[in-house]
This record gives sequence, structure tokens and C-alpha cells, in this order.
Amino acid sequence: MSATMDKSAGGFRAWLNKRLPVDQFVADQLTGYYAPKNFNIWYFFGSLALLVFVMQIVTGIFITMHFKAGEATAFNSVEYLRREVPYGWLLQYMHAVGASFFFIVVYLHMARAFLYGSYKGPRELLWVIGMLIYLALMAEAFMGYVLPYGNMSYWGAQVIINLFGTIPGIGPDLVEWIRGDYGIGDATLTRFFSLHVVALPFIIALLILLHLVALRQVGSNNPDGIEIKEKLGSDGKPLDGISFHPYYTLKDIVGVGLFLTAFAIVVFFAPTFGGLFMEAPNFEPANPSSTPEHIAPVWYFTPYYAILRAVPDQKMGALLMALSVAAFLFLPWLDRAKNKSIRYRGLASKLLLGMFFVTFLMLMWLGLKPADGIYVLLARIFTVSYFAFFLLLPFVSKADGNGPVPDRVTYHAH
Amino acid sequence: MRTKFATAIATLALLLATGLASANEGEHAGWQRAADNEVANLPSLQRGARHFMDYCSGCHSLKYMRYSRLAEDLKISDSLRDSYLVKPGDKFSDYIKASIPAADAQEWFGKPPPDLSLVARSRGSDWVFNFLTTFYADAASRQTGVNNLQLPGTAMPHVLASVQGVKTAVWNSVEHKGEDGKAVVVPEFKTFEPGVVGSLNDEQYDEFARDIVNFLQYVSDPSQVERQGMGIWVVLFLLMFTGIAYMLKKEYWKDVR
Amino acid sequence: MSDHAADDTVPEVDESRRKFLIAATAGTGAVGAVLTAVPFVASWLPSESARAAGLPTEVDLTKIEPGQMATFLWRKQQIYVVKRTPEMLASLSAHDAELKDPESAKSEQPEYAKNVARALKPEVLVLIGTCTHLGCLPKTRFTPGDASVMANWPGGFFCPCHGSKFDLAGRVFEGSPASLNLKIPPYSFEGDNKLVIGVDASAKGVA
Repeated sequence: MSATMDKSAGGFRAWLNKRLPVDQFVADQLTGYYAPKNFNIWYFFGSLALLVFVMQIVTGIFITMHFKAGEATAFNSVEYLRREVPYGWLLQYMHAVGASFFFIVVYLHMARAFLYGSYKGPRELLWVIGMLIYLALMAEAFMGYVLPYGNMSYWGAQVIINLFGTIPGIGPDLVEWIRGDYGIGDATLTRFFSLHVVALPFIIALLILLHLVALRQVGSNNPDGIEIKEKLGSDGKPLDGISFHPYYTLKDIVGVGLFLTAFAIVVFFAPTFGGLFMEAPNFEPANPSSTPEHIAPVWYFTPYYAILRAVPDQKMGALLMALSVAAFLFLPWLDRAKNKSIRYRGLASKLLLGMFFVTFLMLMWLGLKPADGIYVLLARIFTVSYFAFFLLLPFVSKADGNGPVPDRVTYHAH
Repeated sequence: MRTKFATAIATLALLLATGLASANEGEHAGWQRAADNEVANLPSLQRGARHFMDYCSGCHSLKYMRYSRLAEDLKISDSLRDSYLVKPGDKFSDYIKASIPAADAQEWFGKPPPDLSLVARSRGSDWVFNFLTTFYADAASRQTGVNNLQLPGTAMPHVLASVQGVKTAVWNSVEHKGEDGKAVVVPEFKTFEPGVVGSLNDEQYDEFARDIVNFLQYVSDPSQVERQGMGIWVVLFLLMFTGIAYMLKKEYWKDVR
Repeated sequence: MSDHAADDTVPEVDESRRKFLIAATAGTGAVGAVLTAVPFVASWLPSESARAAGLPTEVDLTKIEPGQMATFLWRKQQIYVVKRTPEMLASLSAHDAELKDPESAKSEQPEYAKNVARALKPEVLVLIGTCTHLGCLPKTRFTPGDASVMANWPGGFFCPCHGSKFDLAGRVFEGSPASLNLKIPPYSFEGDNKLVIGVDASAKGVA
């Protein structure tokens, strides 16, 4: 058949496209997909999150070749990886620092949604899928931290798993079921290994795919919060849109370069980041008879940890902690403003959002501190302001976010 | 307005991040000093290795470190390695074990002397330096005859007494308000006075201890010097790549208005 | 107000500059990708532990009886050490016509083992016990005249997997699926009674 015998690139391309919609995909998703032209710095973090996900998978694959899941072997196998495997130290630091960078990127990515109302209709499902990714990511990070089986791995697991014991009725049985034993040990470690390496990465990958499909379905929001599809040009494309390729592919590459530079600085010069990314007690093997002086989860969990500790009652604390995470899910429906973006809302909305950002960061800091003295009072104050944000949002947004919005996006050449 | 808003949030975030990064430094009592060691200082590391094998490896193992790796990284020749580092009966490729049998250590000290491969990471270099330099005479309350400011009640005897000597601690009596509101007198450390003299003076002993701390810091993370050297090239390469990518981006974004 | 983003009325697009910048970015990126791959690929190289375990193996030759073979592990391979008797050595020169490679021209051995006896010291034969066909462990058939192996069997090794036959210097017989003589590892002697497998005698200057 002449088509298969044709050696030119054009011939191969035709052969390929008859069997896989390659050109169609490029036209639909890259050169033919129009995104708002006024994306600013807050719009880098989606693609960066995908980059970090891929990095974690690749470094994770290579680490799994050396890690030995098991009470007696885990800690030693991590030291073996760091010291005896050629470049093993690089693999391990990239993975550990990558986990923290994943959360930095994800929190900034979520912050963008807060600023510009990206969670509002028709993007509610996009937001919910994103929240599911966040939950899965928290589980993945928690289990990953247990695997090296250092002393913080052990005691952190102890505290978090015991939280499930506060669930009325099924609590204690549930905790034993999660652990697979009367206490944390081999059974817990090996099942966390399987979930961390196989199950959750699959689930997260699937959710990311759904997240991207949902995004492409409705199109991106933008810093002005106006729907660009409402103003089409004579060619049927949004007047304020530009094709994703080459404009955003090239812009995102710059973002990747800057991100990798920051990442490399940390990996090569400060991988433990002062004990924030890799906590000092975790350089001692798990010791069930010796609790570290300050048990603190890694920094990305500390806002919720601060809320947990702020409440004097264990059950209420656990409940409020769960609610503090779940509250995000309701955001699309709590926010009743007409205008999406903070740019076109009033002072009250800006103050409320500013208060929430400050609250989140303060709770993060407080969660790292010991729970005594003035820190207790501060944690309680900020727990109140945390929930106040969600409770006040329906009223403030309804009153404050209805002013006029511009016709076309505001774009400054760059 | 919104640029100022964004800038304010970003500045706050940055300040908090810096604050967070220093969050775990803990409080320093008056007598605590920084180790000030330099892990790239090869002669110091070599001395530290020698001191460790001479004074510490009797009881403390470095179970994740091989003699061969140590000699390679610290540029110690095979013959010097075998004469001064490798214990009799050990192969040069073996991990560094303690000489004392674990059961005996348990009996004599009440707990086995811990492995020290990671102590510079789990406790920090400053902690180790302060531990080595704050032993003092305390025959009254301690069976070993010494106590330690950094780790009060330590089961470890002052192994380096022949080098540092044994200091005498001078205490102040300070009044505090106790938990029940009543006044409580608590001894607070004031200063060290020379007691029994060792072979080195204070300054020399500080260097001695610093060498050991330096060595232990290397042992806790042997790749750190190589890592930092590599890092410079990686960062430079990435900056170059980002620069070129930025020029490409600007060129195409000329189209957008 | 332009109708759309990329407009024909904007200044001329400098195609050559674009091509150059694309090439520069792609080139730098490709170099970066290759450099990034290096640590991952390198992590598969034998680790410190593997290298420590691969250190030379020492053998006490006084423990092996003449005419007997003992096996040792070196770098995860079975090493056959045979104390050859004078009769075993004499049998080596009688059957060159039946061997595929009597001079050991094509097989792998250190320079000092490229002789009839294929050894540094003729009484001690050191072989890697891996059949050069597909890797099975050859069995010993030291008794000469053993008709079950083949006619006029001088003594040697027989591989059970596919029937390859080797003489008492590890040289392969015609009719065997294997085409190369059994391999010989680097080795040397320390004194009269210690064999060190893994230390090459020529490197030590003694061969």
C-alpha cells in the first residue's frame, strides 16, 4: 500500500493520525484552546503542581527500588539509600523537598481561586475535584512521612491515627483496623507503603486528569473574573483569549525554570530547611518508649493541627479539625457575590479575604509552636477567625460583590 | 490597589516563611554556644576522625559509615587508614562498630551508648559541641562523678577528662515564683571555674571538641560537601535556561496586545 | 482595537530570531534533560554495599585435597578451585583435536592463564563455574574413562542443561553447544597456601 510505503514525514503523520487523533488533540487542546490573555503570576501554579507530581513519581519510582518496607529495615534502608547508592542522597532529598514544594505550590494555586473566584459557577465541580486532589495529597504525604520510620514518623502516625478513635461508636475498632495491630508497627508500615506507592498515586493521577478535563470544559477564569467566552471575535474565538500554544506553553516554561531554580537551591543547599521539611527527631529510629519533645506534623498540616489543639476537648477538637478542611468544599455555594474577582468587590470582602490569608498563615506558625503560654490564646483567636471567614462569607459577598465589572479584561503587555 | 494588596500578602507570606524557617531553633540558655564548625575543613575532619576512633569508638558505633568511605572522603591514605582508623579484626570495608559488647554497656551504664551516625542531625551540631564542653564535677549526685549542662543526668562519664580536665561549676541561687505562687529557690548556672587541669587549655579543648563535632556532622550527611559543589552548577545552569526561555517567551508575546 | 491577539497588522514577525530562540531553548532543555537523567541512571550502578561484598575472596589451599574441587563465592559468582594431580595435568595434552579452542585464543582469561594448564600455578585450577553456553552450573566428572560422558573421556566438567563438555582445564569439547572455554577470573597467590580470588596477579607484579 503506497501510504505505508511512503517514507516522508508527511506520510507517517497521515498514517499516525488515521490511528490516533494526534493532530486533533494538538488543535483542540493546544493551538486551538483559548485562554484569557491577562493571566498573572498566580496562574503559574497549576502547571507547576503537575510538574512536581511528575517529579515525585519519578524520584519515588527510583527510591522504591531501594526502600525496604518493614519495621526492622525501613530506617536503615533510607540511610543506605542516602549513603551507599550512587546519587541516592539526591533522589531522597528531591523527594522529601518535593513533598513540601508540592504543598507550597498547591496552597498558592488554591489562593488564586480565592482571589479571583475561580471556584464559582460554572467551575464548582472543578473546585471540588481539586479539593479531592488536596485530600488525597494530604493522605499521600502523611503516609509517605511514616515510611522512613523515624521517631517523628512513629509518633506523628500515633497522634493522627488516634484521632480516628474520636469517632463515636466505631472509633477504637477503626483505629485498630487502620493500624492492623494493637499498636503502630510492621503491619501499619507495609500497608502504608502499598497505598503510598501504588494506590494513591493512581487515584491522584486520575483526579488530576478529571481536573484538567473539567477545566478545558468550562475554560479558565482570569484575574478580572469576567467570562471571556461572552465576547467572541469574527473568527468565533474569544476577543480576550490567546491560544494556549505558543503563548502559555512558553510562559509556563519560564515558570518551570524559575521554580526549578528555587527547588534546586533548597535541595542542594538546605534540604532539611531548618528542620521544617525533614524534622530533626526523624533522624532517630522509631522508639515507642520515647516521645520527641515537640510532636509537630510537617508544616503543611500545622494549620489544622493548631485548630485541633486549640479546642480543650479531644472529640470537639477532632471534629473542628475535620470541619476546617471540609469547609473548603462548600466555598462555591457560600460565596454569593455576582462578581468573581476580588478586584471588583468592596472593602469588606477584601478585608475578610485578607483576614483569612493571615489567619491561615498564623495557624500554620502556631501549629509548629508548643501548645503553651500565649500560643494557646492566639490559636483560639485564629480558630475563631478561620471559621468566621466561612460563616461571614455568604453575607459579605452578597452585600459587597455586585458592582460594575469591565467589559474587557485589563491587560498590561509583558 | 490590588497590586498593593497582593504585594502586602506576598510580603507577609515571605516574613512568615522566614520566621517559620527559624522556628525550630529553640531557645539558647546563656551558657550555650554555637559550634561554629566548618564541614569543608578537611584537616579538621581528619583530626576529628582520629579523636573519635581514639576516645569515642570504644563505646559508640557509627553503624552507617564504612572505614573505606571515611578514608576516601577525608583523603586519608590506605596505610594511615589501616593504622589509625580500622580496628584490629575489622576489614577496611566494614561499618564502624563499637568495641564494647552491648550487654556489658547496658550493665555498666544502664543504657547502651547510642550510635552516633546521625546525632549531628537529630540533636544538632551545637548540641553536640555543648555536650562535649559542659561536663563538670558532681561527685555528690552522680556515680560517674560528673554531670553535664547540656544533658543533665547523663550516664556518660567524662571520657575526655584527660584532655579537658574536669571543671567546677559555680551556681547562683535564684528566686522564682513556683507553681503555687510561693517563692522557690532554684540553682542557676553562673560560670565554670578550672578544677582538675587536663592536657589542653580551654581554647585548645574547644578546637578539639570542634574537630569532633565537625567530623560527626560529616558522618551524619557524608554527601553534603559534594552536594553543595554540585548545587552551584545546577543553579547556574537553571538560571541560564530560564534566561533563554524568557527571551523566547518575550519574543512571542510581542504578538499579544 | 485589534480583533484578535496575533494580528497581521502588527510589526513584522522576526522568524529567524524566533527559530534561533526556539533552538536555543530546546537545545538547553535537552542538555538539561540528559544531565538530569544521569543521577537516575547512575543510581543503578553497584552500591557501596555491593562493592564491599565484591571484595576479593581468600582461599586456604591446604583445605583442598589433591584431585578435589571446592567452590567459593566471588562477586556473586560460583568459583571452582581444583587441586589438580599430576595425572590430571598429564591428560591435558592428549586431546587437542577434540577441542574447539585448545590454545584458548577466543576465551576470557588473564594473560597468565593463557597456557595449556590455563593457570598461574598448574596444580591450582581456578574457573568461573558458569557454562559458557547459557549459564548453568557445570558438574564435575573427574574420573577418566567415564563412558557415560563420552568415549575416551579424559576427565573434566559436564553441563547437565544442554550437554556441554569441558576438560580439566575448562576447555570446551567439539560437539558441545558451548563455543568458548570456561572463563577464568583474576586471581593471585599470597605465599604457598593462600589463593586470593579477585586480585589480579599481573597487577601485583607477580605474573
